[in-house]
Amino acid sequence: MTSRLNNGRFKRHRVQRQAMSTPTYEYAVVFEQVTRAFGEVKAVDAVDLKIRDGEFFTMLGPSGSGKTTCLRMIAGFDRPTAGVVYLHGANVTHLPPYERDVNTVFQDYALFPHMTVGDNIAYGLKIRKVNKAERQRRVEEMLELVQLPGYAARKPSQLSGGQRQRVALARALINQPRVLLLDEPLGALDLKLRQQMQVELKSLQQRLGITFIFVTHDQEEALSMSDRIAVFNQGRVEQIGSPAEIYEQPQTAFVATFVGTSNMITGALAQQLIGADRVCALRPEKIHLSEVGAPPPPGALAVDGVVFDVDYLGLFTRYRVRLDDGAEMMVVQQNLLKSATDVAARDGERVRLHWQREHMLELRG
Amino acid sequence: MTVKSTSMERAPWGVSLSALLVLLFLHVPILIIFLYAFTTDEGGFTFPLPGLTLKWFGAALQRTDFWEALWLSVRVAALATGAALVLGTLAAAAVHRSRFFGREVISLALLLPIALPGIVTGIALRATMGMFEIPFSYWTIVIGHATFCVVTVYNNVLARFRRTAWSQVEASMDLGANGFQTFRYILLPYLGTAMLAGGVLAFALSFDEIIVTTFTAGQQQTLPIWIFSQLFRPRERPVTNVVAILVVLVMALPILYAHRLTQRADDTMGQNN
Repeated sequence: MTSRLNNGRFKRHRVQRQAMSTPTYEYAVVFEQVTRAFGEVKAVDAVDLKIRDGEFFTMLGPSGSGKTTCLRMIAGFDRPTAGVVYLHGANVTHLPPYERDVNTVFQDYALFPHMTVGDNIAYGLKIRKVNKAERQRRVEEMLELVQLPGYAARKPSQLSGGQRQRVALARALINQPRVLLLDEPLGALDLKLRQQMQVELKSLQQRLGITFIFVTHDQEEALSMSDRIAVFNQGRVEQIGSPAEIYEQPQTAFVATFVGTSNMITGALAQQLIGADRVCALRPEKIHLSEVGAPPPPGALAVDGVVFDVDYLGLFTRYRVRLDDGAEMMVVQQNLLKSATDVAARDGERVRLHWQREHMLELRG
Repeated sequence: MTVKSTSMERAPWGVSLSALLVLLFLHVPILIIFLYAFTTDEGGFTFPLPGLTLKWFGAALQRTDFWEALWLSVRVAALATGAALVLGTLAAAAVHRSRFFGREVISLALLLPIALPGIVTGIALRATMGMFEIPFSYWTIVIGHATFCVVTVYNNVLARFRRTAWSQVEASMDLGANGFQTFRYILLPYLGTAMLAGGVLAFALSFDEIIVTTFTAGQQQTLPIWIFSQLFRPRERPVTNVVAILVVLVMALPILYAHRLTQRADDTMGQNN
């Protein structure tokens, strides 16, 4: 799908602005040992982050993992109890939100209900005492950018969820921030609209060339949009990397199971397969099913078990297999067979599982 | 207020009758005041009226002591309301937004003056002022009134704060507005009607207050005290009735307006979420 967001004139402004602005730093945001404690509880625990200028950076984690608190400390709504926050090389740890060159798209959009769409979007300019003609011109521009031309006179209550989302985006972008913060902005939208907005946000970020910092608990969203992802768990960053690195080389059990699903291989089985009692993750789609007794391909590891659950899901089929030592494994096979009756294995059938050694990912901790 | 008359059954006649009696009980005395503002009998309440006249209106308006009392009451009520608006709004903001030690105590302390009998407040204020040797004046009346006026503003504004989506305040700051600008452009338009409603009630409370005023006033006579003092004069009694009519007209309308403001459920902040 091609994006419908239009960005001709907006970009010109940005270029002008950048020529005047301070020298660019490699990093838009840097966290140094940032901690935010609420009483005894550390919502964010000694986090180090380096977010590059111009990247689409996602903070991914379950609720309560500290990702939103981190975002709020970048925006200035929250202050660290320890550590330092840098924005483009400057220490902003104790600056109020209105003195930071970042803008936020809120989870609930936070549109001002007593103002029209146009006044909402123009708010940042009005505060900066930009004259009315210029304000109107830029509002029109922003409305075009977010595909809502002619909506300036409406009230937020007259808009649909997706439209409010776009107004919130326009309101944040009209200030031409160097960093845009997005706090689970797609959570309230239905699936189809969410997917469309994912594509639009990604392409908008690429064309504006500014840093997007995106908070979500949806791993699919994170994988599809991000340049890099930081996976949060219990106030700490478990791993930072590109989507492929996060998925293909998870370093902790949490990342291996929170991003996608993994079979965890431990103890005697690990000893038997790789000769060491290490904790390993194995993605279900890396495993192949074959008949018992069939020799595994060269270099492959193999175990035998009994299928006890088969879920046909169209694109693929998911099998659950109980191994002879009692452990359970999930196997996913793409449905490449010719007919509906031609499944790879049936419930209760004895099968052989095999996979390449390098797909067993040794985890730390 | 809308009544869904279609879905309601008719009340039994006993209930209707009691309701009617209660309404009569509440309003007949007021009607009597109205009626006797027009009597030709200057001594009291003879029935039937000996005759009708408008002369008491002229007499009341010519009395300088009436005008002085009215003017004092308006000034006291205005100042007490102003103080209540500032203090009540700030207190509501603090109690709503912050979690500080003694927060519940402060909330209770603010509500207490309206729960305490006026006579207790009056004695307490008089004793305190006596202790610090503060001379009774216009200002002591204002202070006395402010004690219970703050509550009405505080309650209204706090209720409004509780319906506020705080993210809008953050959004405003995020877009470059400092605390004052955020208050001016975001909070004030939203709190405005609550402050107005609270302020009108505060004004009304202050305007007809007599008990606390009795304890905190020196030589000054506010309008209620003036009316009360007139009751002991045998002549020109209908003048007080005329004044009562004026007071009702001046006070009832703002109170009804304030009631409407608080009843209106639309334009609530955060409804667009």
